[in-house]
Amino acid sequence: MNFENIIALILLYYLRKPIGVAAISPEWKNWLKWGMIVAVTTLVLQATNLLPDLLTKFIGLALIAGVVYAVVNIEDFHGRRSLVYALLPLIVISVISDIIEFVSPNWYKTLEYLLDIAGFFALIWAISMWFISRKQRKALELERKKAEEREKEFRITESLKAELEVQVAERTAALTQQKEALEKALNELKSTQTQLIHAEKMASLGELTAGIAHEIQNPLNFVNNFSEVSHELIQEMQEELSKGEIEEVKAIAMDLAQNLEKINHHGKRADAIVKGMLQHSRSNDGKKDLCDLNAIADEYLRLSYHGLRAKDKSFNSDFSIELDPDLPKVEGIPQELGRVILNLINNAFYAVNERSKNAKDEKDPNLQTYKPKVTISTSTIPDFKGKKGVKISLSDNGSGIPENIRSKIFQPFFTTKPTGQGTGLGLSLSYDIIKAHGGNLTLKSKEGLGTTFEITLPGVDQSRKVL
Amino acid sequence: MKILIVDDEKDVEMLFRQKFRKEIKNGNLELVFAFSGAEAMRVLEESNPPKVVYVFSDINMPGMTGLELLDKIKEKYPQINVSMISAYGDSDNYNKAIKSGAKEFFTKPINFDSLREEIKALMN
Repeated sequence: MNFENIIALILLYYLRKPIGVAAISPEWKNWLKWGMIVAVTTLVLQATNLLPDLLTKFIGLALIAGVVYAVVNIEDFHGRRSLVYALLPLIVISVISDIIEFVSPNWYKTLEYLLDIAGFFALIWAISMWFISRKQRKALELERKKAEEREKEFRITESLKAELEVQVAERTAALTQQKEALEKALNELKSTQTQLIHAEKMASLGELTAGIAHEIQNPLNFVNNFSEVSHELIQEMQEELSKGEIEEVKAIAMDLAQNLEKINHHGKRADAIVKGMLQHSRSNDGKKDLCDLNAIADEYLRLSYHGLRAKDKSFNSDFSIELDPDLPKVEGIPQELGRVILNLINNAFYAVNERSKNAKDEKDPNLQTYKPKVTISTSTIPDFKGKKGVKISLSDNGSGIPENIRSKIFQPFFTTKPTGQGTGLGLSLSYDIIKAHGGNLTLKSKEGLGTTFEITLPGVDQSRKVL
Repeated sequence: MKILIVDDEKDVEMLFRQKFRKEIKNGNLELVFAFSGAEAMRVLEESNPPKVVYVFSDINMPGMTGLELLDKIKEKYPQINVSMISAYGDSDNYNKAIKSGAKEFFTKPINFDSLREEIKALMN
């Protein structure tokens, strides 16, 4: 029996099979295939006695030697060493017995029994090694499958990742677009806001025009009347002079002096109103000045009152003004502070007028006698953030502000007026202006009794100010 | 003859006193002033019946307006003449005043000649 070729065949066959993740390169697979063909051909040829026994043995040994050499020296086959180790004793014993048989057949006969036993053990060794290696191979196979599984999972994750990346890119594009749209909207809002602030300023000026006309007309009338009467007085004076009534002349001269003073006073009054109006409408150049809040309060109270009177004949309200003569000046932008005061005054008059309108419809006679009243007062705060401060209180006896909307009234666009009558920016702008001047704008309100707005502002220590 | 002038502008007093200087001097005319509707009513209530025979009132005043004052005077003292003086010579004010019994309606700036005519007519 010729073992060499069979062993060579087994070796070649197993070498081709992949173990675990380690697979044989196609080039080596090809070589192994040729080895197997050689082994099978040799076996066939031996069986048909076409080849001499010795040659087939030699071919088988050559194949085995090749395999052993490959397994020992070529890295790809290092994993198959156990296979070689399993069959090596069988090969060695087979070769030894062949050599002995060849060299001395007699000696071979005496040793045959021994060689058979050795062959038997070598076979057992080979089988047990085969089992062990099979077990190992199975474990490795399992590992390979696991690895494949992991590979598959990895590929799935990869594809999911790619999908997600596409989605993220889409979302990012959408968000960028939205961001740009929002930025555009924000810019539009900003320019609208600027327009609205201007509109609010113009609206309050519009409310003023009638008041301004009246307030200018009044001093102008006085200027005209006093100059006319002075003219008459001079004629009288001349008459008295020709009569020699010196005492009378002196009295007339006194009157004339007073009249001239009045003309000057009323001329200045008209002048101040025109200046105030120009200041109010002029776009703010942000220039700070020393402001006399007493003068601003007095001027705007009159303007507002007459403005509302001219607009609405049924409107009427009592008003009083209590000014602190020693009120410190305030450093600020006069037209802005004027706007705040005007806005608060307009609101106060609006509130009392609304209540007054409703009072006429009341059936209860006590409520019908409602007397609208607005009071503006100024006072000095001895200590406001470490220096003297100014307080302006604006009270009305309107219906008061309901608790639930008190927190909203400083919000932009919040208004209780009917649509088209208020921009809802008055108080919000007022609040911003006072804050920008380092002051506070607060309110106290009791439903059914009225509302008081209080402005507090830091004053200017005039003793230190060189003007 | 006692005349009451009602206006919230205090300088009106000086102006009237100078305009009617002669009449006041020779005692034909006595002028009293009130600076609000409420004050005017107090002046009228000082004596019963009031010595005032003519009231000239501004319309635009804080508190009680001239038209409200007119109603009150006409209700309490229908014999007293009341004329309105207003910066707003619109028909609305005019109609209201005349309907409430105002004698005349003068517009500001006051034409003192026509005012003097009115007073003279009353004196005779």
